[in-house]
Amino acid sequence: MSSISSAPPLGPAVARPLSLPRWLARLRPGVILAGLVIAFFAVAVIVPSLLAADNPLSINLAATLQAPSLHHILGTDASGRDLYSRVIYGARQSVLIGLGATALSMAIAIALGGLAGLAGGFVDAIINRGIEVLFAFPVLLLALLFVAVFGPSATTEIIAVGLGTAPGYARMIRGQVLAVRDSGYVESARALGHPYHRIVRRHIFPNAMRPLVVIMTLGVAQSIVWAAGLAFLGLGVPPPASEWGALLDAGRDFVTQAWWLEVMPGLAIVLLALSITTIGRYIQQQLEGGIAR
Amino acid sequence: MSTPMPDAVLVPHGEGHDGGLSSEVGGGAPGAPPASSRAEDARRRRWVLARRVAGRVLGAIFVLWAAASFTFFVQTLLPGSRATLLLNESSGQQKNYTAAELAPINHEYGFSKPVLTQYVDYIGGLVHGNFGTSYEQHQPVLSIISREVGPTLVLTLTSLLLAWVMALLFTIATAKRGRVVSAIGSGLEIVTAGLPYYWLGVILLVVFAIDLDVFPVQGGTSLSGLVLPALTLGIPLAGFIGQVTRDEFEKVLEQPFVTSARARGMGDLEVRLRHVLRHAVLPAITLSGWALGALISGAVIVETVFARPGIGQVIVTAAESRDVPLVSGVVMLVATVYVVANLLVDIAYTLIDPRLRAR
Amino acid sequence: MSIHHSPGAGDLLRVENLRVSFGDHEHQRSVVKGVSFSLAPGKCLAIVGESGSGKSVTARTLVGLTGGRSHVWADRLEFDGRGLLGLSDRQWRAIRGKDIGFILQDALVSLDQLRPVGKEIEEALRLHGWGTRASRHERAVELLELVGVPEPEVRARQRPYELSGGLRQRALIASALSLDPKLVIADEPTTALDVTVQAQVLDQLEATKRRGKALILISHDLAVVSRLADTVAVMSDGEILEYGPARELFNRPKHEYTQALIDAIPSAESRGARLSPVSRRVALGQSKPFQRSATPVLQAEQLTKRFRGPDGVHRTVVDEVSFTLEQGETLGIVGESGSGKTTTARLALALAEPDGGEVRLAGERWTGLPERGRRERRRQITVVYQDPLSSFDPRWSVEQVLLDSLSRDEHPSAPRRRARIRELLELVGLEQEHLTRRPLQLSGGQRQRVAIARALGPEPRVIVCDEPVSALDVSIQAQVLDLLSDLQSELGVSYLFISHDLGVIHHISDRVLVMSEGKVVEHGSADDVLIRPQHPYTQSLVASLPALERPAAAEYTPAPVPAPRSKPAIPVPVA
Repeated sequence: MSSISSAPPLGPAVARPLSLPRWLARLRPGVILAGLVIAFFAVAVIVPSLLAADNPLSINLAATLQAPSLHHILGTDASGRDLYSRVIYGARQSVLIGLGATALSMAIAIALGGLAGLAGGFVDAIINRGIEVLFAFPVLLLALLFVAVFGPSATTEIIAVGLGTAPGYARMIRGQVLAVRDSGYVESARALGHPYHRIVRRHIFPNAMRPLVVIMTLGVAQSIVWAAGLAFLGLGVPPPASEWGALLDAGRDFVTQAWWLEVMPGLAIVLLALSITTIGRYIQQQLEGGIAR
Repeated sequence: MSTPMPDAVLVPHGEGHDGGLSSEVGGGAPGAPPASSRAEDARRRRWVLARRVAGRVLGAIFVLWAAASFTFFVQTLLPGSRATLLLNESSGQQKNYTAAELAPINHEYGFSKPVLTQYVDYIGGLVHGNFGTSYEQHQPVLSIISREVGPTLVLTLTSLLLAWVMALLFTIATAKRGRVVSAIGSGLEIVTAGLPYYWLGVILLVVFAIDLDVFPVQGGTSLSGLVLPALTLGIPLAGFIGQVTRDEFEKVLEQPFVTSARARGMGDLEVRLRHVLRHAVLPAITLSGWALGALISGAVIVETVFARPGIGQVIVTAAESRDVPLVSGVVMLVATVYVVANLLVDIAYTLIDPRLRAR
Repeated sequence: MSIHHSPGAGDLLRVENLRVSFGDHEHQRSVVKGVSFSLAPGKCLAIVGESGSGKSVTARTLVGLTGGRSHVWADRLEFDGRGLLGLSDRQWRAIRGKDIGFILQDALVSLDQLRPVGKEIEEALRLHGWGTRASRHERAVELLELVGVPEPEVRARQRPYELSGGLRQRALIASALSLDPKLVIADEPTTALDVTVQAQVLDQLEATKRRGKALILISHDLAVVSRLADTVAVMSDGEILEYGPARELFNRPKHEYTQALIDAIPSAESRGARLSPVSRRVALGQSKPFQRSATPVLQAEQLTKRFRGPDGVHRTVVDEVSFTLEQGETLGIVGESGSGKTTTARLALALAEPDGGEVRLAGERWTGLPERGRRERRRQITVVYQDPLSSFDPRWSVEQVLLDSLSRDEHPSAPRRRARIRELLELVGLEQEHLTRRPLQLSGGQRQRVAIARALGPEPRVIVCDEPVSALDVSIQAQVLDLLSDLQSELGVSYLFISHDLGVIHHISDRVLVMSEGKVVEHGSADDVLIRPQHPYTQSLVASLPALERPAAAEYTPAPVPAPRSKPAIPVPVA
């Protein structure tokens, strides 16, 4: 595998005499590793040719189903295509679908959760029920319903995963907003005579959105996993897409003979998802630095 | 899979929040009232409880209705004519048909009726247990499901049990036992909670079934064929339950009543089992409704990985062949399971909520 | 460490040079730095100190519950002839509950809410292999009767939240006494409890002592321990500063810290006097003292508020409460928990609307208006909470908190705002350097000062103080109370002071309102109400108040204190 000499994702260290900035000093090896993984896949999404020499679509019938070796780091598939290249080139579609689904999910979650928390009363009750209803549909089943109705495509995946993951985050955000709304400092602000819109702007919104970093990174990781899962079932973007889920689907038939076809793309997914959540948690910790709660 | 479940539940039942001001905790409960008014109190409490339970049931019915409406609505979004789709799917071709060719299909499935009528029919049908008729198999959805759902239920319930056992054992053993152990435990939970079923399943399959040959590759519905799939479903859920429970567990371990127990001479393990456990599992129990729904949907993937019979393959093939009634039938079924399970947990919690019993 | 005490021959407990530290090899924190004391059966030792003094840790060494990362050494740590150093957990378990009983504070959290109290009491019996299930249950009922719980059979099956505060505490005490231990340790047995419940607890502890047990009381409250203690040890920062017979210590304290602690207690006697030795520069600057006016600054008439509880029952939390507050005076509202005093404060602040009655601020209607009609005037009435930390936005620095309280209109320019903030800091005794800190980084007393500064920002006529000192150590409490008095005499601001602590109320209030179960049961001048109470409820409150027992004035020669500062007369109108 080519060694990446790009800068670590967190940027160069700020030059300060004698002491490192806190976020740099608190870096643990796990976080550094996560950062490297993300950087690697970021490059894979943007400039895949930098990382993979072979054309992922080039068929080589002489070298089918080869186990991982120095020549083909992750082995080859039934048509002799290099798995490593396919994984690299597949990153873009998988990540983009994941990002798209997350964007949709977050938009819904913030809108619903925020509105419910702020408005209270009747509106809150209605929206809460709405969230309940969405919860009744597990992500995968909702996605299957959409596929049955609209047919498989990237858009279907994005909408289905976005809608399916939204209620969980909506509830989280609503909980945050409620906690802030009922807090002592909001009441203090009221007692000082500040108008409600000012309180929302200066207190409720910034404080309620604080855990958003973790939530969003969690969301992206989740969405990538789910979208690939959908494709694994054969209901994602049609072949010969290299999207990771599609790779998983294709490898399903060869589990007994060529385990790497299933395990390797899955490994890429797992590594990326884990790294994203690790970085998200780390960033959250740094943001919370001097904050009470 | 593990959509992170938020603090779904323990919202205090409508207390007046006092914000920053010192709250009037009910420390001043009066002494024992005279016997006659105690009976009145009990009667009043029962009435309030009954009202609450009724409220919850109504809420659940509403959610079910809304879910059904949503499902119906999605179905109407089908691009193009449904009759055309049906015919194309069954014939394997892609072509257009004349109105005369479509007419019998339209009539049979009621596509020609106004939308509102179809909606009422649909809801009415659901209430009577008619989940629709499969486009492909031309049988009532409910009978198809009831035929195939058995192994899935077995898998789901086994996984739930397994997940709970693993999570509890792990939490009891590793909660608050020094920084290193706790960190490892917590980290392990985070990692396992995020593992995709399709990947974990394949790993387990390859390692234990193919390489080590401990379990059968295609287990069918046998007991030994249940192990790997149940583990695949159970491990990530265990990671998730573990996270929630561990947080609570560690918080409870700090509580004064735990110190009281220790001061009476209780050993650490007994403290964990006898006192802390009961408090710590409360949040996780309230998530059981959701967990059940998530497990069933995860079973779809797991059954595919292990080629296990069950509702998974039914719904996947149905989605592939655009058999909308079958898919939405399964979806509605799962939604019903989720709502009912949640309702039961909710009611149970309402009944044992100490704050209701206080006065 | 150089405290001389002479252990007697009949001593049950002997501790010499006890040291405790926390942490691992790199970061060791010494919490107890060489403490010695002894105790004979039937006697009571009180270990008194403020938070962080190490008193609780000391008590826990006696039951081996100092925690996993603690290291305990001593020259001698003996109980009943047995050494307590280096015991294994199993050996400790044989002692805990059986030979040494431990009582924590507040039964609401010290008993398992999900189990009947009877089971909690039986637990020690079961753990030490005593009796059968039936006989254990009998014993639990017996014990409940012993501590004075009526209908013990019924109560034994109830859970802690079903019992009243007093009964809960008795059950807690019973659970520690079940095996008749020789030594009973009570860690803050009365903190956070209502005064009447406190008195009941002390009665029970006294009864325990009379039965021949040795008693160790840990408390920050000198008055509470003065009733029971034979010997007192005053701890600070891990060391015993003074140790001796109780009577002597209270009357003629040898150490200045003890003296300061005694002086800091607010009570009837301390009215008008400073509680703390700290003095403060006064800066009047931009703020002008208020003039006395004809109309009372705050008037409440027949306030009523009802809440619907979780069980659906409507409870009248505030029941036809009326009061007036004049400019420049302090009205104290005292009551136990559940009396409605906090809700009354919220009604006064118009943070909640009353179901009946109204509040007038400076003569004009205050409640019953839409928020728009009030917003302008909110600056005239501000609030200081019990827990300031939760009332600050966690992201904000002190400077931002104070800036937030200034109005754009009165301080339009940045330099003016900076000047005002500087003035506020001086008024409350904080330094410039505190501005950039976050409240989380400040001490409890400093946080309360910031809260007071914020309350002063808008130049209010009234400040509602809701238990502002209840969470503070005695010495810090003294400073804050002094600060509030100073501010009142300089600025003429009025206080609506809510507290459950009669001593504090008596010290700081001009007039007092006594509340119970939502109603005002008595009101009048502070001395009238609290020295010559008419209403039976007030009488029982006052009677339950633990007073630092001192002999008659003739015997007592107080250590020199700064000349008492008398409460000023009505401020003279300032030009």
